Amino acid sequence: MSAWTEMVFILLVVFDFFLLASSRLKAVIRAAAAQGALLSVLPLLLATDKAEIGHVLALSIGALVVKGVVIPWLLMWAIREASIRREVEPIVGFIPSLLLCAVGVALAFAFSSAMPLPTPEKHGFLVPTALSTVWTGLLLVVSRRKAVSQVIGFLVLENGVFLFGLLLSDFMPAMVEAGVLLDLFAAVFVMGIVMFDINREFSSLDTEKLSALKD
Amino acid sequence: MFFVILAPLALAALAFADPLQARRPRALLAGGLLHLAGVAFLWIARPAPALGGWLELDPLAKVVLTMISVLFAVCGVYAQGYLARRPDRDNRVFVGGLLVLLSAMTVVACSQHLGLLWVAIELTTLCTAPLIYFDKSARSLEAAWKYLLVCSLGIALALLGTFFLALAGAGEGGPRSLLLADLVRAGGALSSPWVRAGFVFLLVGYGTKMGLAPLHSWKPDAYGEAPGILGALLSGGVTSVGFVALARVVQVCSAAGEGAFARDALVGMGLLSMALAAVFMIGQSDFKRMLAYSSVEHMGILALGLGLGGSAASGAVFHTLNNGLTKGVLFLAAGNIHRSYGSKRVEDVRGAARRLPVSGPLFLAGFLAVTGSPPFSPFFSEFSILNGAIAGGRFVVGGLFLLFLSVIFVGMGATVLKVVQGDPSGAPEMHHGDSWLTAAPPLFLMALVLALGLFLPQELKSLFDAAAARVGG
Amino acid sequence: MAVTLLSFVYLALFLTLPPLLLGVVNRVKSLFAGRQGPPLWQLYADLRRLARKGAVYSRTTTWVFRAGPVVGLAAVATAGLLMAFGGAPAALSFGGDFVLFAYLLGLARFATVLAALDTGSAFEGMGGAREVTFSSLAEPALFLCLVTLARATGSISLSGMLGPALPDAWGHAAPALLLAAIALFVVALAENSRIPVDDPNTHLELTMIHEVMVLDHSGPDLALILYGASLKLFLFGALFVRLALGVRTGGLAGVAVFLAGMLGFAVLVGLVESIMARLRLVRVPQLLVGASVLSAFGLVLLLR
Repeated sequence: MSAWTEMVFILLVVFDFFLLASSRLKAVIRAAAAQGALLSVLPLLLATDKAEIGHVLALSIGALVVKGVVIPWLLMWAIREASIRREVEPIVGFIPSLLLCAVGVALAFAFSSAMPLPTPEKHGFLVPTALSTVWTGLLLVVSRRKAVSQVIGFLVLENGVFLFGLLLSDFMPAMVEAGVLLDLFAAVFVMGIVMFDINREFSSLDTEKLSALKD
Repeated sequence: MFFVILAPLALAALAFADPLQARRPRALLAGGLLHLAGVAFLWIARPAPALGGWLELDPLAKVVLTMISVLFAVCGVYAQGYLARRPDRDNRVFVGGLLVLLSAMTVVACSQHLGLLWVAIELTTLCTAPLIYFDKSARSLEAAWKYLLVCSLGIALALLGTFFLALAGAGEGGPRSLLLADLVRAGGALSSPWVRAGFVFLLVGYGTKMGLAPLHSWKPDAYGEAPGILGALLSGGVTSVGFVALARVVQVCSAAGEGAFARDALVGMGLLSMALAAVFMIGQSDFKRMLAYSSVEHMGILALGLGLGGSAASGAVFHTLNNGLTKGVLFLAAGNIHRSYGSKRVEDVRGAARRLPVSGPLFLAGFLAVTGSPPFSPFFSEFSILNGAIAGGRFVVGGLFLLFLSVIFVGMGATVLKVVQGDPSGAPEMHHGDSWLTAAPPLFLMALVLALGLFLPQELKSLFDAAAARVGG
Repeated sequence: MAVTLLSFVYLALFLTLPPLLLGVVNRVKSLFAGRQGPPLWQLYADLRRLARKGAVYSRTTTWVFRAGPVVGLAAVATAGLLMAFGGAPAALSFGGDFVLFAYLLGLARFATVLAALDTGSAFEGMGGAREVTFSSLAEPALFLCLVTLARATGSISLSGMLGPALPDAWGHAAPALLLAAIALFVVALAENSRIPVDDPNTHLELTMIHEVMVLDHSGPDLALILYGASLKLFLFGALFVRLALGVRTGGLAGVAVFLAGMLGFAVLVGLVESIMARLRLVRVPQLLVGASVLSAFGLVLLLR
């Protein structure tokens, strides 16, 4: 059981690398979806006897549906609808961003081994994986030109936050967890609408063109 | 207490369902007045904590809630005139969004639970983003996109920080709760490295919402492109509730014995915000963006006051009130000038004092007030922050504070005077003069700012002190 | 004594089997493409044919050009002495020998590139530049893999790393070793000029890397180069197979497992070549850096 959990965590980090290294937009979306789906397994794997099974199931299924299916589908739809070009168009190159990610992962592991975990019953890889994923999300948001890529970055960031939230799933009210899913949905939904409009205004989803406002 | 939260929501639903474009703004007015009445009632009734202690009208909540309520009611009046001038734009989302915003801000102000606080802050972001796009132009779209992206990143990091705090209290004997009172009571039992890390993330998250210096990038764009009324509510209301959120976090940190760390970070960010605002304010050629940088500056002042603690913190609470009201004056007056000239570039706009006999001078007076000239009330709150710095022996901080304030006074003054003075003939004309619906609201706010400067009731003063004492330090 | 004997058995296999390994790879590719393909021993026949021919040397070349194939083959063969095939102790082993192992392979490449440059041909220079660029990116990945392995097994010689300690290491450091194995496979493909990094069958100078460097070699020299290349693939295959299988066996059973593993490796390479297209040259560094990052991540997992 524990070995499987460990593999899931490692796979999540490998997805982080892939997200930053891939140059095809659809591949990136699929990777984000796969990461979300993989994430939904964790509530089940990590559930302790203190947790209520209802909450655990709801969390798991919710994550699978929202992170693994609905939002990637929305993004794919946005790409088709707005006929966005399929390349990623990075501002920071693939190799530098990959290396930055690796540095972030190393730091995350160093950080979490320096921090005593108050809830030792959870897996030791949880915190570093969560922080690595958050870092990857941030990198994706700041280093990619396209609006869609930025949304994916935000999605990945949310994946990391969700993962961290699992640490608290035993005793935190479900409200916070529902908040995560809800917020994700709402944010991407609103972004999607705006994106559609960005397309109409500029006939491209390149946020680089959104640079009339500056000092 | 539930009334002030639910009434705006109900009205928002009504406004959303209402098919009549011209009737919808009334919902804003009704919402503002009902909310104001509700808050007034709360002042008298002194309600007990509601919802199992998740909502409580503590001193800080009282100050901020009152300010928001007044500001919103005034904006509600202003909206009658403003939206009547923009019949071309569908205002369904605008009216509904503002009312939801009012409700969300109320929840933030009163919330005693960090999770609920976070959800409400999230809601303020979501419901204001489409409002920035009210103009439906490319520039306003850009502003809305930046606002949404930057703020949602901030919000996500704030959630992570909230989780960190929850984890800090998750150990053996920890409170295992995010209720402010529980966390403060647990104090030293919280795991201090996690509290520290949590504070960093929360500072970044809620600091983004407030618009503190390195995280302010959305602000000039959003304020520059949003309608004046939204600018007033963003800079007076949303940033203030961001401040409230940060103050709650500092309260937890102080209780956990990490107060010094948190305070130093706040002082540093506050000074950085002021410095950056000063630099960008000089030679700013767009007067609405100038106001945005002024907002960055004032958020810096708030962070500084909170960081210095003691009488400075009390001054910061007072300053929240003053900043909100004064920003209301400035943004509403600036909105009138923008409408009248059809431009917000300094080179196009001149002689506002002659063309708009009320809004022009109000803009000037608002400038004097916001830069801390006596006898307006911001002078007194800034003075007490300075006082706190000197009394605490932090002369360098105090000196820098004064230096930045004077640079900002000069920089902002140059822009404002260009707008207000001169001969308006030849400048672009949109035939939107002052009407009482658009001029009276900022005038009323200005009077309020002046009155607070001339006479501060003892009851308010002790309220600020109580709020500052709760934050600790 | 039996162990030493076993080492020599493995060395003999190392010197004789590599052309067959390439034969298997090509057979898999042919079957995938629906062809009969060349016989499995095609490379042996090629080598014999080439060895009987005379060599042609351009007048612009010097002794460097002639030394290239010899040094290249010698370096790779010497590296084979350090390799612990199938987990049996290597013929030669000492602490830190994995560094020598990596740099012997580097020396072979260096000699080949120098020989290519010596021809003075623009194409060969281009090939040399590409080869050096990509291998400088593959080297960190290789070293990170070996360091991960060293950390997991607590030994700094190849015999120790790949020896009996490896099965134990799989017990407590499986994720890190798995990541290292994946990275090593990518390195093996890159170092041996296989798809997706380079296409061994291409004859278009503009896209070639390894092949373009050896265009001017002929006769026995070419035979040495081809044989050296097959030895190198065999070496990487042995490293990968041992790391990936990591089973505790000895004696003849161990040899059988090793041979089966090598067969699997050849089939795997053939499969990759059949189902993947060659990457654009600008994407290759990405792949190699990705391999480095993966193995670095494995190391991080071990270090915490």
